[in-house]
Amino acid sequence: MLKLNNILKIFNEGTIDEKIALSHVNLHLNPGDFVTIIGSNGAGKSTLMNIISGVLIPDEGTVEIDGQVVNNLPEYKRAPMIGRVFQDPMAGTSPTMTIEENLAMAYARDKKRTLKLGVNKKRRELFREYLETLHLGLENRLNAKVGLLSGGERQALSLLMATFTQPKVLLLDEHTAALDPSRARLITDLTKEIVEKHHLTTLMVTHNMQQALDLGNRLIMMDSGQIILDVPEEKKKDLTIEGLLAEFERLRGEKFASDRAILG
Amino acid sequence: MVHSLFGAFESGVIFAIMALGVYLTFRILNFPDLTVDGSFATGGAVAAVMIVNGFSPYVSTIAAFFAGLAVGAFTGILHTKGKINPLLAGILSMIALWSINLRIMGKANIGLLGHDTVISQIKSFFTSFPYPILFTMALLVFIIKLLVDWFLDTEIGLAMRATGDNPRMIRSFAVNTDNTIILGVALSNGLVAFSGALWSQSQGFADVSMGIGMIIIGLASVIIGEAVFGDRSIKRATLAVIGGAIIYRIVVAIALRVGLDAQDMKLMTALIVIFALIAPRLTASYREKKRRAERQKNASAGLEG
Ligand SMILES: Nc1ncnc2c1ncn2[C@@H]1O[C@H](COP(=O)(O)OP(=O)(O)O)[C@@H](O)[C@H]1O
Ligand SMILES: [Mg+2]
Repeated sequence: MLKLNNILKIFNEGTIDEKIALSHVNLHLNPGDFVTIIGSNGAGKSTLMNIISGVLIPDEGTVEIDGQVVNNLPEYKRAPMIGRVFQDPMAGTSPTMTIEENLAMAYARDKKRTLKLGVNKKRRELFREYLETLHLGLENRLNAKVGLLSGGERQALSLLMATFTQPKVLLLDEHTAALDPSRARLITDLTKEIVEKHHLTTLMVTHNMQQALDLGNRLIMMDSGQIILDVPEEKKKDLTIEGLLAEFERLRGEKFASDRAILG
Repeated sequence: MVHSLFGAFESGVIFAIMALGVYLTFRILNFPDLTVDGSFATGGAVAAVMIVNGFSPYVSTIAAFFAGLAVGAFTGILHTKGKINPLLAGILSMIALWSINLRIMGKANIGLLGHDTVISQIKSFFTSFPYPILFTMALLVFIIKLLVDWFLDTEIGLAMRATGDNPRMIRSFAVNTDNTIILGVALSNGLVAFSGALWSQSQGFADVSMGIGMIIIGLASVIIGEAVFGDRSIKRATLAVIGGAIIYRIVVAIALRVGLDAQDMKLMTALIVIFALIAPRLTASYREKKRRAERQKNASAGLEG
């Protein structure tokens, strides 16, 4: 479903600020794979997401989605195939527009936009049904401006919007990191529910190791622009945080930089 | 006085079309577009030249709208494809349009007296009706407002609103924000040029300098309107913008009445906009200060007691 072949990304090449953000990364995802990604700050996780979504263009290598090489497609042309939720709860929605208008924009993602009204009776019913699955009561606030929602509610809405049209690939970049623990748990549970329901091929970056172990069928660890560990489903089941940290030390010869990582 | 008040209403509704255009860029796209000073005159120029060359005034006025579309699209392209900052892109268009408008007109001023215009035709059609221009123009503005409201609720319109609000997000929903910006700036200047065409016909002439200061008048209308009538929804805000344009013309009429010089009008307009931009912040910081002083007083009273 998703294939990254030999991806190289260098920032500020040839200057003193030169930074190899991704160093010949290879990654294959099968349809329905739910892969969690962990790694220290600056490991290249967000860069990887941006390469897939087309925000960044790789210096070498190819990105393939559903058998199609998308290197030359700009971000907005890849977007019908890719759902994204960002870390910042403000980033995934339009604050001055209403809940139903935001959903209408998500609904139109894989369709041609026309001069038809974005919200009509039939769609409003559909939006309401979808919102009910969040159990946040948002279905009763269709005409509320999204800017009035709490961070957790906005992130839940972002997640719903990102998955509304069941994209071929879902990219989640630390989408629970800016929330307090109870909200983060809510969004984590919703993520699991939605991904499983639609069998979405998903890449989820998290700094929460327990979350990375609990969710998904495969775990990847990144460091210095490389995938240093790739744990398949059978092994992931028995993996613990201690085991992960020990594995990192064995591979890199140093302790995992856990300044931000949540160990438990 | 009553007569000049009706005159102010009349010009207010014509200017309201321009102000709706400014609303589209300034508020919806979050794109401060200065093309307006040029495109208003482009509208007047195109309509006047066509009218004196024997075209129907209706065709001429609609042609002015399309000329405005093209001019606006040019500014939009400068910004999106040329990566030129919005303010500078608008200024460049505005300056270029000065020469282009002179080329269109062939001279600095074209008189329309003795020619059939939209305005003269309305007047001769409703002879027994008081203030026919005011009422037909008000109706026209209202129809345009409804069209703008409708457009902003369509799938494309929603994408345009999100472009001004959160471009990163709407790109992730497969919208080419370059296109929505170009379309929005084009539509905005189409309305501005349409307004310029009607204005030149109601004045009886088109002048190459008729657009100078128009952007500030448009901004004043948007800001005054929103402050007086509120902007809680699009439908409310577009109505408010029309109200703001009319209030602006009434204020000008009164100012002239009490003896202000016509040449001071631009200064006055600028002062109104400056005041309207600063006032909300001033009142907020005043309230904040008062709140703090109150707390301090209560706290020290608590200490003593
Ligand atoms: N736009 C950019 N310009 C220059 N350097 C960048 C840019 N984006 C990321 N980097 C650098 O690339 C490296 C990887 O960044 P990132 O992918 O954001 O890491 P992560 O998400 O794993 O914390 C970091 O060293 C970061 O400083
Ligand atoms: Mg990151």
